[in-house]
Amino acid sequence: MAKMHVKMTVNGKPVEALAEPRTLLIHFLREELSLTGPHIGCETSHCGACTVDLDGKSVKSCTLFVGQANGADITTIEGIANADGSLHVLQEMFREHHGLQCGFCTPGMITRARRLLAENPNPTEAEVRFGISGNLCRCTGYQNIVKAIMAAAAMLNAQKEAAE
Amino acid sequence: MIPGQFEYHRPASLAEATGLLTELGDDARVLAGGHSLIPMMKLRMAAPSHLVDLQDITELKGIARDGGEIVIGAMTTQHDLIASAELGAAIPLIREAALLIADPQVRYVGTIGGNVANGDPGNDMPGLMQCLGARYELDGPNGRRSVAARDFYESAYVTAAADDEILSRICIPVPAPGHGYAYEKLKRKIGDYATAAAAVLLTVSGGRCDSASVAMTNLSDTPVFAAEAGATLAGSDLGSAAVDAAVAAALAAINPGEDNRGPVAFKQHVAGVILRRAIARATDRAQ
Repeated sequence: MAKMHVKMTVNGKPVEALAEPRTLLIHFLREELSLTGPHIGCETSHCGACTVDLDGKSVKSCTLFVGQANGADITTIEGIANADGSLHVLQEMFREHHGLQCGFCTPGMITRARRLLAENPNPTEAEVRFGISGNLCRCTGYQNIVKAIMAAAAMLNAQKEAAE
Repeated sequence: MIPGQFEYHRPASLAEATGLLTELGDDARVLAGGHSLIPMMKLRMAAPSHLVDLQDITELKGIARDGGEIVIGAMTTQHDLIASAELGAAIPLIREAALLIADPQVRYVGTIGGNVANGDPGNDMPGLMQCLGARYELDGPNGRRSVAARDFYESAYVTAAADDEILSRICIPVPAPGHGYAYEKLKRKIGDYATAAAAVLLTVSGGRCDSASVAMTNLSDTPVFAAEAGATLAGSDLGSAAVDAAVAAALAAINPGEDNRGPVAFKQHVAGVILRRAIARATDRAQ
């Protein structure tokens, strides 16, 4: 089967490659682009460890073919830190509140939380829990993840206010 | 999990897409959000030689009011349905159900067209569309035709759509202002299909039910439009005798199978509980 030419923007950089149409986006990111932050957990669109941001939506990159992402603007966990290399507020807060134990779900959790806060900067705890319900964590019981996201929301809002 | 090989197509118009389907024959499948088809392809339970991705066809996207109908493009995502203030005001039942489908990531990608066209008895939108009296527009080599949602489902994954037709639009009559509605779904966890789900739409005036519509999800190999249950509620006072009779009529219309969500007797029981809750909530909401 002929390979197809794909072109997309990943973490702000243009990317071009040849790929088999059956390549899943997660395999393309990890194997072709060496972006191994998004993880392959269940590979059945349940666990959310492979979550990336695609054209302003959180998607499970194990359930998209690379061709579907042709032309898209994608952000993975590798593209979330600040331009000067310091951690994004969400990353800081996950560290501060111990929002991870083994860390396997963390790239998906933070990528998803970033989109959630972009859509809803002042979520209630219930809204955070509903908003991350597509991401599974087998270690933390979610309590510290929710705390980290709530704390990040408060910090981001304070930063925004200070800037205004 | 590596799916089989296929050739990928991304047409820019509906005419181009139906042309591709005609040319490629039954080796081709259309790809909407892909969140039913891609898992099946990973398991090699589906192995199409050609995928026709509909994402660039703008005429298949959006929600618009057309006279007495809301017309929803097949490629409109569950997330779009939830976010639409116009749809939320006109047919709040759709938003209530869409929020119970899968999880946030899946709702950003999963489409209403894929959900209704796939013929999976576990999907929520088919029963919902039967409850609402929706019709589907199908585009094919011989033009466009319209099929009522209540006539569309033949058996699991078998529908009235031909291989070379694309379900392009879902047209839903706007229910009367002040109508009561509810979608009740029991599921084991977020992301699961229903153990049992019920959609109820009714109108009430002067303490009597004027009209009622009931449909059930994942309780047979097709969605179940329980016409007799609706007819039993219509004209009644929605009191306990009428509700008991409607639930009995709905339970007679379903035919659940045993699976990892439980044995048949459990599903019959749950279906009754869920339908009672849906009728009660719809009644409370009716003005």
